[in-house]
Amino acid sequence: MIFVFALFLLTLLVITALAIVHTENLFVAVMLTSIFSLLMAANFFILDAADVALTEAAVGAGVTTVIFLSALALTGEREKPRVGGRNIALVTVGILALLIIYATFDKPRLGDPNAPVHQHVAPWYLEKTPEYMGFPNVVTAVLSSFRGYDTLGEVFVVFAACIGVLFILGVRPPRESLEPRDESSGLRHHLIPQVVGRLLVPFIVLFGLYVQFHGEYGPGGGFQAGAIIATGVILYALLEGEAEALRAVPRSVLLGMVIGGAMLFGSVGVVCMLMGGAFLDYSVLAADPVWGQQLGILIIEAGVGMAVCGALLSIFHAFAARESLS
Amino acid sequence: MKLLELLGYFNYWVFAIILTVGLYAVIRKTNLIKKLIGLSIFQSAVFLMYITMDKVEGGTAPIIQTGVENQIFSNPLPQVLILTAIVVGVSTLALGLAIVVRINESYGTIEEREILDAD
Amino acid sequence: MLSAPLVVLLQPRGLAWAGATVAALASFAIALALTIAVLDGQPQVYAMGGWPAPYGIALGVDAFSALVLLVVTGAGAASLLAARPSIDQQIEQERQPLFYSAWLLGLAGLVGIVVSADAFNIFVFMEISSLASYILIAGGPDRRALPAVFKYLIMGTIGATFYLIGVGLIYMMTGTLNLADMEARIGDVVDMNPILVAAGFITIGLALKAAVFPLHVWLPNAYTQAPHMVTVFLAACATKVALYVLIRFDYLVFQAKLADHEVQFALFAMPLAILGILVASAVAMFEGNLKRLLATSSVAQIGYILLGASFVSQAGLSASVMHIFNHALAKGGLFLAVACLAYHYRDLRLDQLGGAAARMPWTCAALVVCGFSLIGIPGTAGFISKWLLISAALESGPWGWGLVAVILVSSLMAVVYIWRIVEAVYFRAAVEGDSQPAEAPLQLLLVTWLVALLNIFFGLFPGVPLELANSTATLLAGFAS
Repeated sequence: MIFVFALFLLTLLVITALAIVHTENLFVAVMLTSIFSLLMAANFFILDAADVALTEAAVGAGVTTVIFLSALALTGEREKPRVGGRNIALVTVGILALLIIYATFDKPRLGDPNAPVHQHVAPWYLEKTPEYMGFPNVVTAVLSSFRGYDTLGEVFVVFAACIGVLFILGVRPPRESLEPRDESSGLRHHLIPQVVGRLLVPFIVLFGLYVQFHGEYGPGGGFQAGAIIATGVILYALLEGEAEALRAVPRSVLLGMVIGGAMLFGSVGVVCMLMGGAFLDYSVLAADPVWGQQLGILIIEAGVGMAVCGALLSIFHAFAARESLS
Repeated sequence: MKLLELLGYFNYWVFAIILTVGLYAVIRKTNLIKKLIGLSIFQSAVFLMYITMDKVEGGTAPIIQTGVENQIFSNPLPQVLILTAIVVGVSTLALGLAIVVRINESYGTIEEREILDAD
Repeated sequence: MLSAPLVVLLQPRGLAWAGATVAALASFAIALALTIAVLDGQPQVYAMGGWPAPYGIALGVDAFSALVLLVVTGAGAASLLAARPSIDQQIEQERQPLFYSAWLLGLAGLVGIVVSADAFNIFVFMEISSLASYILIAGGPDRRALPAVFKYLIMGTIGATFYLIGVGLIYMMTGTLNLADMEARIGDVVDMNPILVAAGFITIGLALKAAVFPLHVWLPNAYTQAPHMVTVFLAACATKVALYVLIRFDYLVFQAKLADHEVQFALFAMPLAILGILVASAVAMFEGNLKRLLATSSVAQIGYILLGASFVSQAGLSASVMHIFNHALAKGGLFLAVACLAYHYRDLRLDQLGGAAARMPWTCAALVVCGFSLIGIPGTAGFISKWLLISAALESGPWGWGLVAVILVSSLMAVVYIWRIVEAVYFRAAVEGDSQPAEAPLQLLLVTWLVALLNIFFGLFPGVPLELANSTATLLAGFAS
């Protein structure tokens, strides 16, 4: 049954992708992209990747859509049609598709437990995680300890994007802003979204915190939590208007969160070195290595959550501030 | 059994198709935002490829439950990689959109040809 | 010890120029220390998090990475050291902290790529460095910087994603992400198709990043529109790091194990390299904007590096690695001199630069020295690598003479375009009245001359880089045969 469902989902995925490319209304395209992400998330879930599904849903369907929409508000939503030049693009991508399909013929069958992917490194993680970490979510263990350095790098990618958006949008717009928009923007005057939204926001944030601290046991962790909390605050901003949200969480606090989160992660690494271990070797943090690992992971996950949440919100506010200017 | 096998190939083919569709949009579309949408589809396709390879028959999400023996788990590593890749993708996208917004401000358009004509 | 540069580099707060420069200098010092350690004979390995290699992420530095590391950190430190006056002119005060922290992130990303021994880790750091360089280029004062950077962003992301696909395919077949481990296990793979396709994806993806000839279209615009000091930094090292990964993958991971990969790589790389050298040099000859001219010539120089690698011989590799080092020196120096010029000249078209030599004699002299190095005049650093390249070409077989001809023709073209610059600044009358001597700020000028002198120094005493290049070649060729 589940296979039929998976086939159905994948087919939908393809149809959505084609529709996105075909439509000339950018607003429609963005909404379809959001649906595309949700379908993708469902698909990941069927393929046993709960953590990834959660991230794709929060980041892909939630945050990406919001950022796209706030950019669309600043540009136009119609795409101009174009004639000619189609053939070159078609030939290029056609070759690409053939190449990949050629490669798939020797790929191991889906779900084959003997495929080389499942042989070498992966079983080691599955076997050692309970022993070294003392908690069940292997994904979290690999993410934050075995391959913690990648995650550190990733936090810095987010950091780079954040300072990039702030830097690029930090220039004053060329046209002088004539009349500032109506202060009471947002959906404040609509009764139903406001009531429902007000009810939802605390739960979203609470859920985010749960995902943050439960990441070692169930699916979840810093990224997902950061994205979910950011979504909650963005919803608040949509309901109550930009200014209100900024009053609740000011810009400097957001930037502080990004820098603080990244620094927290980095400094855990340095502390590990100072205490005689390797960089990001959490085992030295406490007398019992297992406890040390758990402590280290807890701290860096908090750092990741802070950084991601702060960065996404800063990016959102940067776009939104632009909007009220022009 | 047969079905799973078919699904296996189907997953890879869907990966190939989505990848192609995304890349086509990036190359062919002249609207800058549409290009970015294409880029994000293109990247999602790669996520699908990684997640497809981590599936193990009869497996479950890699969260070890106490008291249950002989569980089969899916491979955690690709999931970790994709978690990272998703966030990287979103970062690139945000930066790209910021640039598009600035382009729109200084050129008054987000169509590639009109920008080329403007200079 | 090895993680120290990363720790230092990876903590950018709202750092202003001083902090950034200190961090860059510190990383340069660490790179020097590492190089000395490597010269002693032992490659350095560091396991992140204390987990053993295939499970955790390992860092490793051998002769090849040490050389590239020197180039990257040296370029970063030198350009930051000189950056202050030029950046003050081009970027508003309140945006500078963000700008410098992006710069540091870019440097950290490049360093991270070079020292990493893990395929996925390389991807992550590649993205850090690319995002940072998009930001840096977008700092350019002209509005044309924005479309340029957008194009770079699209092509760069496609390149990185291709690389990711390739790594995914290899991981699928070998079950590992560690480069050394990959190399060991790739031989056991029975089905060759995915590996072949993976090799294709990785090579094309990285070639996009490295601006190898037909995929270079993003480079001239991006370099021309970037703030001048950013061009110095990026031109000296950004594409070279992508080439470094390309060479590393093709030689260490694929070369020995894939049937005929050697031939395929040579067949793929050599025509592209030759075309790139000839076409880009020819375009540069007719280019009217000084910065764009030099950027176009970078594409040709990348062609040289690739050409050396495509011989698949020890001499070729060593020439290619040498050229990475020397070109960074020559091009870095040239762009530094351009930044000096730009301090007084807003418009960098050649016909606007008349009489510059009278106004800024020191700057123009440095420009000429580095230009000679780019051409490959004996006594400068560029000569050493051109010489190595020519002798490698002669060794490479029956068509060696043809290749030598290509190199000589393109060197002649380089003479032409460098001569056009010299003519413009020395022999053309000043366009406007303002012609009293006005040198660039001392800070900028000193660094420019330091680099120019290094060009001569390494032309006369190429000992250390040559030794590193030779041991790199032995290392890589050892895997190949």
